[in-house]
Amino acid sequence: MKLTALHEIHKKLNAKLVPFAGYEMPIQYSGIIEEHKIIRNKVGVFDVSHMGEFFIEGLRAEEFLQQVTINDVAKLSDCKAQYTAMCNPNGGIIDDVLLYRFTKSKYMMVVNASNIEKDFNWLIKNNLFDVDLQNKSDEYSLLAIQGPKSEIVLQKLTETNLSEIQYYSFIEGKISNCPAIISRTGYTGEKGFELYIKNEYACKIWEQLFETGKEFEITPIGLGARDTLRLEMGFCLYGNDIDETTNPIEAGLSWITKLNKEKFFGKDVLIKIKENGLKRKLIGISLNEKNVARHGYNIVDCNSSQIIGSVTSGNFSPSLEKPIALAFVETNIFLNQNPKICVDIRGKLIEANIVKLPFYKGSN
Amino acid sequence: MNFPENLKYTKEHEWIKIDGEIGTIGITEFAQGELGDVVFVDLPAVGKNFEQGATFGTIEAVKAVSDLYLPIKGEVVEVNQNLNSTPELVNKSPYENGWMIKVKISSDSNINDLLDVTSYKNLIGK
Repeated sequence: MKLTALHEIHKKLNAKLVPFAGYEMPIQYSGIIEEHKIIRNKVGVFDVSHMGEFFIEGLRAEEFLQQVTINDVAKLSDCKAQYTAMCNPNGGIIDDVLLYRFTKSKYMMVVNASNIEKDFNWLIKNNLFDVDLQNKSDEYSLLAIQGPKSEIVLQKLTETNLSEIQYYSFIEGKISNCPAIISRTGYTGEKGFELYIKNEYACKIWEQLFETGKEFEITPIGLGARDTLRLEMGFCLYGNDIDETTNPIEAGLSWITKLNKEKFFGKDVLIKIKENGLKRKLIGISLNEKNVARHGYNIVDCNSSQIIGSVTSGNFSPSLEKPIALAFVETNIFLNQNPKICVDIRGKLIEANIVKLPFYKGSN
Repeated sequence: MNFPENLKYTKEHEWIKIDGEIGTIGITEFAQGELGDVVFVDLPAVGKNFEQGATFGTIEAVKAVSDLYLPIKGEVVEVNQNLNSTPELVNKSPYENGWMIKVKISSDSNINDLLDVTSYKNLIGK
């Protein structure tokens, strides 16, 4: 089991630690609902050092990344980040990733912890562009400072003017005098920053964040609340909502799928999928009753009692105080003007409302 | 962690307080800690009869859902209505305000099958 540089601090804080993607990670400190509300209302810090960081460098780096990712890399300028995905030639999602551009010939790709090895091998295999690929996942820690008060707290630790960093932009600056990639990104829907730092700086920065953040009641937040926060925003979680058997069009990721790009893995298949129409798609649902629709539960057409899909992520929404879920459903149910769907919750059929995403509007 | 001496326990982490022929039932402090934030407790109607060890309800927490098992055989005589609006009482006060149901204990219940506090603590390694 791998440990992050902050492991001893988590233990001292009495975090509940669980195995996650090969790491022992804090799932909660005080409680998921309380931590969730702190991010929505104040400020908190996540240790998400399990995420992977690849560095991609070379004269043909942009050309290479255009081939392996589905978004348009040419849209990036220096110090900008982009949400994108890597697909296999069949259009299945290998991973959803963040791509950071330092220069036209130097990038960082941030990948899901469970996919680090698979993604890196895929990149190496397809490196016909003579780019230098470095997997620096084990050298970097990642802290996410999220919540309405995140900027005020972080500003006290840096000379970089944080208000100048726009959403999905970043700066190579210093936090507590330690070199850091300061990125205005996050997975919560709230205003916030993500700090990519070398492992040796992680404890110092964590401690200073909690020292300066005291007056704003800064709090450590676990992966449990990270999951409920992202679910309220309708953000996909790899391994739950998307994987190699799902394509980005049906997963609601058309907005990052640039089918007019010259070429990329999966392009031909994805164009056909779009032309032929979707068989299923990912939707948001909410329940009027308090039973929680969880991953794997069947979605049923209330009229015909036919199984028409399944829940991919579901939980109780602490902000809306009711159960919400993402689910794949067959698109032909929308031929009916008022489709009625139910979730089979351990044998009990509970009616579900189809909801437009996001479930909740954050401050970002 | 607190485990009152005057309660009996089950392997499935329920407790029962026996008061004459009435048993009050809830889940242990250990159980609520493992489940995390409780968001819904689905309890049976008054008047329902259950066998010993039968599922009498379910508890939904943010992390997981879990069945509730009746420690004895009996008829439900009261349900904690406060859990409808404040299910977090199960987290905050598992042995007092977070009780779930009261049952009229059937005379053919096997009370000897229940665990005393020492056996329960051994079971969970506390």
